[in-house]
Amino acid sequence: MTQILPQGVEYIRILPEIVLSLFGMTIMLLEPLVDERSSRKLLGLLALIGSAAAIAATVYQSQYAGVGFWGMVKVDSFSTFFHFVVTAITAVVILTSYEYLEVQRIRAGEYYALILFGAVGMCLMSSAVELVMIFIALEISSISTYVLAGFRRRAAISSESSLKYFLLGSFATAFFLYGVALMFGATGSTSIAVISHALRSSPVSALAYVGIALMFVGLGFKVAAAPFHVWTPDVYEGAPAPVVGFMSTAPKAAVFAVLLRVMFEANAPGRVWLIWVAAALSMTLGNVGALVQQNIKRLLAYSSIAHAGYLLVAFAALPANGIPAAMFYTASYAAMNVGAFAVVSHFAGAGERRVTLDDYAGLGRRSPLLAAMLSIVLLSLIGIPMTGGFFAKFYVFSAALQANLIGLTIIGLLNSAVGAYYYLRIIVMIYMRESREEAPLAPLSASLGAALAISVATTLYLGILPGQVLEYASRSAAELLR
Amino acid sequence: MNLDRWSPIILSLVTFIPLVGALLLILLPRRDRDIRVFSLVVSLLTFVLSLHLPAHFHRAQAGFQYEIDTPWIPTPNIHYHLGADGISMWLVVLTTFLTPLCVLISWNSIQERVKEFFILLLVLETAMIGVFVALDLFLFYFFWEATLIPMALLIGMYGHGRKVYAAVKFFMYTMIASVFMLSAILWLYAKVDTFDFVTIQNAIRGGQVANFAGAAQWLFLGFFIAFAVKVPLFPFHTWLPDAHVEAPTAGSVLLAGVLLKMGTYGMLRFNLGLFPEQARANAWWVMVLALIGIIYGALVALVQPNMKKLIAYSSISHLGFVILGIFSFTEAGLDGATFVMLAHGISTGGLFMLAGILYERRHTYEISEFGGLASSMPVYAAFFLFVVLASVGLPLLNGFVGEFLVLSGAFQARAVYGILGATGVIWSAGYLLWLYQRVFFGKITHAVNEGLPDLDLRERVALWPAAAVALVMGVAPLLWLNAIDPAVHAALAPFEKLASRLVGP
Repeated sequence: MTQILPQGVEYIRILPEIVLSLFGMTIMLLEPLVDERSSRKLLGLLALIGSAAAIAATVYQSQYAGVGFWGMVKVDSFSTFFHFVVTAITAVVILTSYEYLEVQRIRAGEYYALILFGAVGMCLMSSAVELVMIFIALEISSISTYVLAGFRRRAAISSESSLKYFLLGSFATAFFLYGVALMFGATGSTSIAVISHALRSSPVSALAYVGIALMFVGLGFKVAAAPFHVWTPDVYEGAPAPVVGFMSTAPKAAVFAVLLRVMFEANAPGRVWLIWVAAALSMTLGNVGALVQQNIKRLLAYSSIAHAGYLLVAFAALPANGIPAAMFYTASYAAMNVGAFAVVSHFAGAGERRVTLDDYAGLGRRSPLLAAMLSIVLLSLIGIPMTGGFFAKFYVFSAALQANLIGLTIIGLLNSAVGAYYYLRIIVMIYMRESREEAPLAPLSASLGAALAISVATTLYLGILPGQVLEYASRSAAELLR
Repeated sequence: MNLDRWSPIILSLVTFIPLVGALLLILLPRRDRDIRVFSLVVSLLTFVLSLHLPAHFHRAQAGFQYEIDTPWIPTPNIHYHLGADGISMWLVVLTTFLTPLCVLISWNSIQERVKEFFILLLVLETAMIGVFVALDLFLFYFFWEATLIPMALLIGMYGHGRKVYAAVKFFMYTMIASVFMLSAILWLYAKVDTFDFVTIQNAIRGGQVANFAGAAQWLFLGFFIAFAVKVPLFPFHTWLPDAHVEAPTAGSVLLAGVLLKMGTYGMLRFNLGLFPEQARANAWWVMVLALIGIIYGALVALVQPNMKKLIAYSSISHLGFVILGIFSFTEAGLDGATFVMLAHGISTGGLFMLAGILYERRHTYEISEFGGLASSMPVYAAFFLFVVLASVGLPLLNGFVGEFLVLSGAFQARAVYGILGATGVIWSAGYLLWLYQRVFFGKITHAVNEGLPDLDLRERVALWPAAAVALVMGVAPLLWLNAIDPAVHAALAPFEKLASRLVGP
């Protein structure tokens, strides 16, 4: 007789999600009780505690590896890795938002709740091993981010960003769902393990190819991979800066986790060429687009397209090298990008007035600390040694070379040299140009300082001692492929 | 006390003490004087420690000494592997020698953002030393790229004129070129599964690298382009005059004195060490480019109205000699090339310091702004003459020995190389002595120059060591060459086999 109710241990396998949801709901319940004009700091603190609890839950959960809820979620070291990345990003973004919301006079506790709910979806994505479950998780995460993108209610550009993201995003999710349906038609199941078995044991039908391609369209949209990237600059420009820091890293990490499961664990057919084209396009279009940007948020948007491209290169490599490389890249990209947007959200000021490159002129003189922090994350985005970004690129490209993808590697390396130029433009602005206004900057608040310190420290840690993280990633890759 | 027990860690100490100094500087309060003194102490300490290297070096012995080799990152297999042979040891000492002089020469000229300046200078020193002692290709690339940022920032933040343009150009040129080197390194790693220089070298020589024959030419070029841009070899030289003219004095000294040598050192170590056959096959066009560099650099230097630009072009010419020597594949040529690297570091470093001293007084490098300075600044004029003569290659000074050896090596390789190269010596006498004549002799043409103060104590302290070393290197070159020669022998070993295979039994 099959069991009707899940066992106790299965709840542990979704413990971080439960914790995050409970905290999110508590915030929603408390929100109406707080006076309309007072600050939401307390709710923010609650959200921070929630994400810290989720990190603890992730650590606790990792001892209970296994499948739960009738084969819908699976806890393995792979899912633990991404849980950790997502919850850590959540915590740092909450720290960043703390000051930002005050400065922008956004007084809504839902903001924190939505971030937590988004994190629930992303965590679930990384542990889901069943396509319908993945779809639901994707929707949970997406809907939260749609709303978050429009949180600067007084700015028209923010609403535009939200609407654009919502319309195009739902369209893309539909593609994903369609792909899932076709995959079900081709293999008779939505479980990744069964699909993998079916694709391995019998000749691959055309239906499966189409299914994979459609799923890739949906997921490619979410990670802003070319040619599904057009929404990115507009959405990033309008959305609140900390939210951009969040949605350019956490959902991407989760979607990359899904892609890894679909591409490698499910043994997707036609993988190399699909990825090859998307990676080459993303790197090139992203970098070329970024060269001419004047707005730092748009610039970082194009840069995130390019980085999605570098990351996709790992997907074209052999699984044994490609999976750990992609995992490492996700983690280090998260560290540096969250750091970059923490600086952007602090520096933007009320109403996000200071977001063009010219505004950054003379930052090195006005605030040496902030300038040094931003420079470190920018150098990491370039991929300079001693930073996480360097090893991230390094692992990806050496994985690609081991799979004999020489053409793609050269495209990637040349792109990273071109990419250096626009990050350098920011550094040049910071240190080598004189500022137009000499008004002293608002001092760094403790929470933002902590957020920056965490992301810079992580970036440097990954750049100097990458061994441990990579080893963990390699182990989980081996587990995934078994 | 037995100092030999320092040997395993001495290279790590020399490499990282400047970095530790830089980190401590961050914590120091912004009192400019303290910061300057502290940086001077750190750089002097590094220099004194680096003297351990020649003092305890086993000269007769080829191969790397003071080695340390511990795993750093398990996957990919990266080791913290440092070591020095006779060539790299002297380049390390050159670096540590020039850095304190740079601190002294920047004492008054840097008045703004002093703390950042010295932090960058010390970080740069660590990176430069690292390049010379790294024996793991990954580590080498790591330090190679790490030199880029402090140098670009030094130019961009403390330079003059079109400093931002110069900094970005310098950065992009080197960055794009080193991408090719990175691809080559990654290719080698994919085949050999290690970054260790010695292991890769043995694997290549033993023919254990799959598909090596087809890829070797590309690998050679990958490394070569990165180094050629750095040297810079004609036609990759256009970033150099810009960078030099706009850089602060200390930046110019280190750029000419050390950074350019990273390129020639790389050719010697990696292009010759890993790909001897390809080096031989490509030597003809490299030699031609080197000769063009020698003559073209000299001719352009001749017509420069700007003193610093003139010295910059003279560097292109002198570095041509180094490449000529390296690709002659003769013992004399390689000995000479290494010696020119060191001598050029001292004498051109000295010239840039002297130009900087003048700039501090007049805020211009235009040669036409000067004239007759010998009467108002006699001590300065004497120093300048000494360094110019060293640079020209007057016998008994350091420039002569290296150029002589290089030219005799070039003659052995092919007479026409030697003949064309030798014209470079004449050109260099021409542009440098003419420069000297215009700046120092004749009547004072600009009234401002009449009251220029002569060198003060600090400036003399900065210049004396350079002048003294230039003399000692010219009189007793063997002190240097007897350590260089065994390393050169080892570098040439595969070529002897190669030559006999080409010539037949």
